[in-house]
Parts: sequence; structure tokens; C-alpha cells
Amino acid sequence: MPAVSKGDGMRGLAVFISDIRNCKSKEAEIKRINKELANIRSKFKGDKALDGYSKKKYVCKLLFIFLLGHDIDFGHMEAVNLLSSNKYTEKQIGYLFISVLVNSNSELIRLINNAIKNDLSSRNPTFMCLALHCIANVGSREMAEAFAGEIPRILVAGDTMDSVKQSAALCLLRLYKTSPDLVLMGEWTSRVVHLLNDQHMGVVTAAISLITCLSQKNPDEFKTCVSLAVSRLSRIVSSASTDLQDYTYYFVPAPWLSCKLLRLLQCYPPPEDGAVKGRLVECLETILNKAQEPPKSKKVQHSNAKNAILFEAISLIIHYDSEPNLLVRACNQLGQFLQHRETNLRYLALESMCTLASSEFSHEAVKTHIETVINALKTERDVSVRQRAADLLYAMCDRSNAKQIVAEMLSYLETADYSIREEMVLKVAILAEKYAVDYSWYVDTILNLIRIAGDYVSEEVWYRVIQIVINRDDVQGYAAKTVFEALQAPACHENMVKVGGYILGEFGNLIAGDPRSSPLVQFNLLHSKFHLCSVPTRALLLSAYIKFINLFPETKSTIQEVLRSDSQIRNSDVELQQRAVEYLKLSSIASTDVLATVLEEMPPFPERESSILAKLKKKKGPGAVSVNELEEGKREGGELNGGGERGGDSSTSAVGSTPSPSADLLGLRAGPPVTAAAPSAGSLLVDVFSEAGVNDDGFLRFVCKNNGVLFENQLLQIGIKSEYRQNLGRMYLFYGNKTSVQFVTFTTTLNVQAKPVEPLIEGGAQVQQVINIECLTDFSDAPLLNIKFRYGGALQNLTLKLPVTINKFFQPTEMASHDFFQRWKQLSLPQQEAQKIFKANHAMDTEVLKAKLLGLGMALLENVDPNPENFVCAGVIQTKAQQVGSLLRLEPNAQAQMYRLTVRSSKDTVSKRLCELLAEQF
Amino acid sequence: VLSLTLQPRCKIIRFILIQNRAGKTRLAKWYMQFDDDEKQKLIEEVHAVVTVRDAKHTNFVEFRNFKIIYRRYAGLYFCICVDVTDNNLAYLEAIHNFVEVLNEYFHNVCELDLVFNFYKVYTVVDEMFLAGEIRETSQTKVLKQLLMLQSLE
Repeated sequence: MPAVSKGDGMRGLAVFISDIRNCKSKEAEIKRINKELANIRSKFKGDKALDGYSKKKYVCKLLFIFLLGHDIDFGHMEAVNLLSSNKYTEKQIGYLFISVLVNSNSELIRLINNAIKNDLSSRNPTFMCLALHCIANVGSREMAEAFAGEIPRILVAGDTMDSVKQSAALCLLRLYKTSPDLVLMGEWTSRVVHLLNDQHMGVVTAAISLITCLSQKNPDEFKTCVSLAVSRLSRIVSSASTDLQDYTYYFVPAPWLSCKLLRLLQCYPPPEDGAVKGRLVECLETILNKAQEPPKSKKVQHSNAKNAILFEAISLIIHYDSEPNLLVRACNQLGQFLQHRETNLRYLALESMCTLASSEFSHEAVKTHIETVINALKTERDVSVRQRAADLLYAMCDRSNAKQIVAEMLSYLETADYSIREEMVLKVAILAEKYAVDYSWYVDTILNLIRIAGDYVSEEVWYRVIQIVINRDDVQGYAAKTVFEALQAPACHENMVKVGGYILGEFGNLIAGDPRSSPLVQFNLLHSKFHLCSVPTRALLLSAYIKFINLFPETKSTIQEVLRSDSQIRNSDVELQQRAVEYLKLSSIASTDVLATVLEEMPPFPERESSILAKLKKKKGPGAVSVNELEEGKREGGELNGGGERGGDSSTSAVGSTPSPSADLLGLRAGPPVTAAAPSAGSLLVDVFSEAGVNDDGFLRFVCKNNGVLFENQLLQIGIKSEYRQNLGRMYLFYGNKTSVQFVTFTTTLNVQAKPVEPLIEGGAQVQQVINIECLTDFSDAPLLNIKFRYGGALQNLTLKLPVTINKFFQPTEMASHDFFQRWKQLSLPQQEAQKIFKANHAMDTEVLKAKLLGLGMALLENVDPNPENFVCAGVIQTKAQQVGSLLRLEPNAQAQMYRLTVRSSKDTVSKRLCELLAEQF
Repeated sequence: VLSLTLQPRCKIIRFILIQNRAGKTRLAKWYMQFDDDEKQKLIEEVHAVVTVRDAKHTNFVEFRNFKIIYRRYAGLYFCICVDVTDNNLAYLEAIHNFVEVLNEYFHNVCELDLVFNFYKVYTVVDEMFLAGEIRETSQTKVLKQLLMLQSLE
């Protein structure tokens, strides 16, 4: 075949390029370029009209200069002129210049579009292709507006040349991606789908990309493509290696088209039609069989092409996840690749097995390869292969092999590449927690983790071990002992000091009986690390010290000594100084009782999804964590509370989001969160309106409780946890995806401001949203939460009433009988009282009634009402604007199965609202 | 029910780069909108990521949220940036297929051919890849078309 000689066609261009290449310095190059630019400029401005050839040459030179990295600010018009030339080479340079130097100059766009239009209607296939390629390369909105209607016609017209069809299909794809609203397939759909049957394989290759994209967006309209794709695939797979002539690549028939067909099928569930499905399963089996046949060529191109199809077939098998036989065969095939001499294949096999591990049908088959995978982790030269091995070990881990896998990962961590350490640490931490049979193993593992890779142990990991130790009293003594031993090491990581300080501060007493770890020994050990630590750790240690004073009175004088020293009490760091001063004072003036109350052991943390898992998901991006592990993931422990949200920095107005907890775990600093003043003081939570279709089924169930499931349907579960103090509240919303498919563009809007929630929820996963609430004044209507997301193609829209009710801001008030009736009488204006008599909806069980009234947030007063059957309550509603005292009396009548409820408040609207809310509860 | 089981997402090639060992770009074809600074940064990053790898390494490397499939021919690196879930081997062979076409078209292609005929290389690319998708895979068909174009004035 004749070859192209260097720079043929444009001698001047070749000379110029040579000149540039011969420049010895950057300066020389710039000088040469400037000379050329001046030359071209003068030619373009000259009186003499340039011929097409010269114009082409100069435009091409400008393009070359631009590609060298220099700005070009002229020549666009000349390039546009070239478009209307009827010589291919001139047109081509014009289009190339336009494609590379896209210019949004509206004047030019009009001219360009005009030229494209002419070429599209020229019936000259070469020109049509040039124009289509230009549209596909630029893909601007203006082009979509001008041509989105025309191109489908070209694509399906009977007389269009094959090469033009190929370009038209992909050009349309580009326009669909940039301006989907302008590309309306409608009437063309069926004819486009039938391009899968086209005789020309190139047309099929191009069209299938368009069809795949369109069917992802409109699966129903395009679903006839499934059977067409299956029969096309079947014909290719069963053809002999030479049947397809031009489309056979190293003895493999149509490898790229096969891959694209298999990928299109992954947009759909398994075919429902038995015949189609049977044919497809046959294809997949044939592909798996071929992998076992001796290669037809020793060339790597042959095996790569063959394996490209094989891997795509395995992806489809995994996507269907319904053919156990195929899944296990796929797994065995990949198992062979794990030991292949080609690094590429080992890598891909590890990667593909990762997804197989999450299928119930192949999980066990994957597990049989554990030794090979561990070996890969130890011996592979390419870090990305080792990374895949680590991923696979993580994916295949279950209760049966967790100890082995965690041990291997830990030992690998000692020499692991820096780039993957942090992720490895998270994985070890998650596996250790998820599969801990005994928690002493868990504690050992995490402490080892800190010892081996302390720098990579993020806050989430060491918070988590503390959460778990706090929440499980069976492991506390062991944890104290282990951490004490770990601290003996001469150089131990600061994270170890943090864990040590926290755990000994809480549970040091559990090992204090042993003289080798007596209180003073413990204290001295901790304090020996103090000076090497950063400020947050020191702050934590100071808190541990004050806890020691409470746990071990005998250490009091030693610790006071330390607190009193200049290096503490005059520390230049305000935080440390303040702690030293306050703790010293606290230890000297507070009675033992007060001290014991203030420094009481931390209460268990609320149950929540592991924050480590959340972190790993964030790190790996959506999709990285499989559905399985989320479902299995334990939901105990919680984010450490403590001094996380201090005044001012957390929320403004009604809604904000939680800041991450600081290192102050002991919670001593946690005063009531101070919320900045709402900008729009007035009614609470701004304008609350009610609209049709609001779902408030769950709403009333939360009047007397703070936690539970607010909403649930077959797709979505919304859980709520909330806490209130004074006029402030915090609500955690948990959005759980009950399906195995991700929700995309997930948004929630509150009719007040809310921090955005993660826009994507993976199948089986849960995301959390925190809402900070401030009650500005009393209110009746609840805030509305609107949730929108896409599940598959369908937009889901849901509006819920958030269960924020006025009674959430009650402070209980204890009072004696006399006081109660005195206040009752004071609230005697008719509008201050609201009363309702209503039928009982539930059994009239005293204990249940009591629990509900307590859940209401008021104090339940005993021995106040002369009639012991009656209940009376008192409380003060805290709003920013005012406090509203409220009294309540509930008189059950068991015979009639009726109640009489009377509420008196200093504010009429409050009485009325409380009465309405409560009437629904009993 | 059908529409609910799908994950709508169109994947395409993000860019194709040909670079020499020194990092000089011999072809840059972008299938996504990037501004000039971003393009320059991507070019440098790809060069840094790819040139440190040796022959025993895989031909794939994670790159930001994507992956680069690359192959080295003498002093030139041919790199294709695709979505992480795309088929590695299919793109690796797409590179080779492209290189074989260049080799035939330029008759034992060398780096200088790509320099002096840069505007023709774009034509070859557009014949084989368009809108970030594989357009034509038959070498015979592509070369026939290229020779036909070559014969035009």
C-alpha cells in the first residue's frame, strides 16, 4: 500500500515544522513563531486574494502553532472560508481548525453552521462525514439546535452510505449527551434499533454505542434491542475465526463489537423470553468454552481480544447474578488467570473476582482462591495489582476466614506502599469489627493497627474502638490491660496515647488492683508521653487526669501538682490552660459526690452505622462498598459525642449540619450548644405551609417519642433519631435504600434551609442527614421535608412532615400539689385552656399512658391529683422568644373508654396545639 | 419494573494522548470539555503516571476517577482515558489496532510522521474513534477510506 511521505502536500508547512524542530532554545522557537505569525498576518491582510492552497497552508501553520501551546487570535475567518471550498484537503483543514480551536463567537458559529448545513445536504459522503465529525467533535448547544433534527434522518435513510451512517450515529450520540432535550428519537426509535441487524459490521459497531446510551435513558422504548443483540452476538460467537473477514482481529471474530453487544445487554435484566435467554446462555457458555481451547495464535493480541470478550461476558453473568452454573464457571476461569504469567490478566482476574465475591452463588467458589490471593498481596511487583488483591481479600472475607485475612492484611501493612495504607487501615478496622467473634480480638487488632500504621489511622478508626469498648462492658478490662501494655513501648504512636488516655481514664480502675498497673503507675505512664504529644492529645490527657482523680483519690495530690505546674496552668495554649485551671479548681472545691457525677463513666453511644464504613465509602466513592457488607454491617456504637459542637461554629438559624467531633472525647466541655440567632426571627422555622399530598402518616407517632421509622415504602426507609435540649434540637435523618440499585440525584429540601445530603445512595446503603433545629417561638405546623431522587429512570417525589412538634421543647417542671393547683388557677383565662374529650384508641394501660406522657417531655407529677386515676403534668416550653409554662391533666374513664384532656398554658396557641397533638395519642 | 433496575450512565473515552518519553505531546484528542489549563495539567499528570511504570506492570493505571489504558511503542506512549468500569483489554487492543493502521498508512510509522502529518493523524483518529466511542475497527476498511481521501485534492 502506498505510504504517505513526510509533509506531502504542503511544502511550506514541512519547512516551517523543520525550522521549529531545529530551534536550539525556547527563545529561538518563539522568535521563529513570531516571524511566521507576522508573515501569515500580512498574507491574510494583503490586498492580493489568497488562493485556497495558500489559505489552507497558513491555517494549518496556525493550527500547528496553537498545538505547540501558543495563543492564536486570528485566522478563524480564513478557516471558516476553507469550509466552503469544494476541495477535500482544504475543507478538511478548515474543519480541523474549527474542531480544535472551538470559538463561541456567535457570528462565526452561524457561518460554520451554514457550511455544515451545505455539506450535510451535499450528498457527497466525504463532505458529509467531515461535517458530521465536526459536529461530533464540537458538540455545542448551537450545533445541537441546528442539526439534532436532521441527523436521525440521515442515519436511517435508505440511501445513506455506510460510512456516513457510522458518523451520523456517533454524532447523534454526542448531541444526545450534550443536549438530550434536543434529540428526540420518537419515530426513529425502531429503525435505529434495527441498525443492530445492519449488514455492515462497522455500522453496527457505531450504532450500538448510540443504542446503548439511549436505552440506558429510555429502557422501555428500546427493549426490542435485547433480542436483536442476542441474535447478533450469537452469530458472531458461533462464526469461524475467518468468517467475518475484515472484522476478524488476530483470529478473533469481531471482538469490539462482541464487547459492545455484551455491554448493551448489561443495561437490561435477563431476557424474559425463554428462547432468547436460552440462546444467550448458549453464547455465554461458548465464550467460556473458548477460553479453554488452545490459542489460535501465540500473539498477545489474540489472547487479549479473546479475553476482552470473556471479561465482558463475565460482567454480564455477574450482572444477571442468576445463573449459578455460569457464575461458578466464571470464577474457575478467573481462578486460572490468577496465576497467569501476564500481569494484566492477574490484575483483571482479581478485579473481576471482587464482584463475584459478593454474589451468593459464587462467594464460596471465590473463597477457595484465598491462598493465591494472599500470595499475590505479598509478591506482586505492581502496586496496583497488590491493591486489587487487598480489595479481593476484603470482598471474600467472612466469619470463616476473617482472622486469617485480617492477620495477612496486618502483616502486609508493615511494608505496604504509602499510597494504599490509609485504605488498608480502614479495611482492617471494618473487617475486625464486622467479624469480631470476641471483642478482645477486635481490640488487639485495632491496637496492632495503631502500632503498625499509626500515621494512617484516621480519627474514625480510633473513635470507633473507643465507642465499642464503652458500649461493651465485657471487653473493658481487657482493653485497659492491653492498652496499658501497648503504652509501655518506648516509642508509641500518638493515636495509641489517645486511645490509652481515654480508656484508662474510663476503665483504669479495672486493672488498678495489679500493683504493676496501680493508679500511680498508670498515671506516670500516661504522663511520660504527655510532652511528646500535640495539643489535642494533651487536652485529652488532661481530661483523663481529672477522671483519674475521681477514679483514684490517691492520685489527687500528684495530679494536682501536675495541673498546678507553670507548664500547664500558664500554658500559652488557651485550651490547655483553661483545662488545667478548671480541672484544678474542680478537683479542689467539688465534693466527692459532685466529682463523681461530673466525671461519671461515659454512657453508651447511640447505635449508628460505623463511621469508618462511611469514611471508606467516601474514600472509594460510590459503588465501592458492596451491598452485602452494608446489610451485614453492625449498627452499634456511634459517633463520639463530647465537645464536638461548641457554640457558634455549628449552626445558624434553624438548620445546619454537625461538625466533626473534636478530640475532646470526655465530653467535659460539652455545654449546651449555642446556636446563632436566627436571621428571620418571627414564626418558627420560617414559612410553614401545607400542601396536598403531604405524607403525615408517621408524623403523629413521634409526638411522644424521638426515635423510630418515619416513613417506609418498598424503596426507601427514613429513620429518625432526635434529641432536644432547651429550645434546641438535633434531628438525624437516615435515608436507607432498600433496593439493590442506587438512587441518583437524591435531594431533600426542607422549607427552611438544610445542608445538602449525599446526592447518591447506593443500593442497600444508608446516608445520613443532620438537621439542627432552633425553636424561635411557638408554632403549630411542622416543617415539610421534600425528597426527590431517581430510582432507575423514574423520578420519585415525596413530601413528609418532619415530626418536630412544640412539645419537643418542654423542660419538665417538678412541683408539689399545692403549687400545681395554684398555677392551674392562675391560668384561668378562657383562651388559656384547651380541652378535648375523646374516645380511647388504644388499651387504657396505666404504664403505657405514663410512658407516653413522659415521652411528651413534661414532668409527670405523682400525688398531685386527688383522684389517683388521673394524670397531671407540668413543663415549660422553651422557645427563643419566650418560655411558655404548661399544665396538663388527663382523666381516663375506663367504663366509657373515654378521656378528658385539659391543657392550660400561658399562651393560647400552645394550649390548643398541645391538645390537638395529644388527643391522637391515647 | 424494567426501568427500575437500571443505572443510567453513558461511558465514553475521555481523551486519547500520544506522548513521547520526554513528555512532548504528539496527539491530544479530547472527548470532554476541558479548558486549556486543565488539558495541560492532564497531559503532565498522565506523563508522570505512565512513564514510571515498567514492562512488568499492567497496562492499566488508575487516574483520578478514571483509568488510563496505555501501551508503549518504542519511544511513544499511546494512552486512552476511560471510565473505571470500561473493558481494559478491549481498549488496549483498540490502541494496537490504531497503531497498526498508522503503521500501514505511514509505512512504518515513526514519531516524525506524527509531527509532520499531525493534521492527517486527526483524520485517522476520527475514522476509528468518534464522539468518544469506537467507530470502525476493520483495518482494511479504515485504510481503504484513508487512501481514498488521500487521492482527493
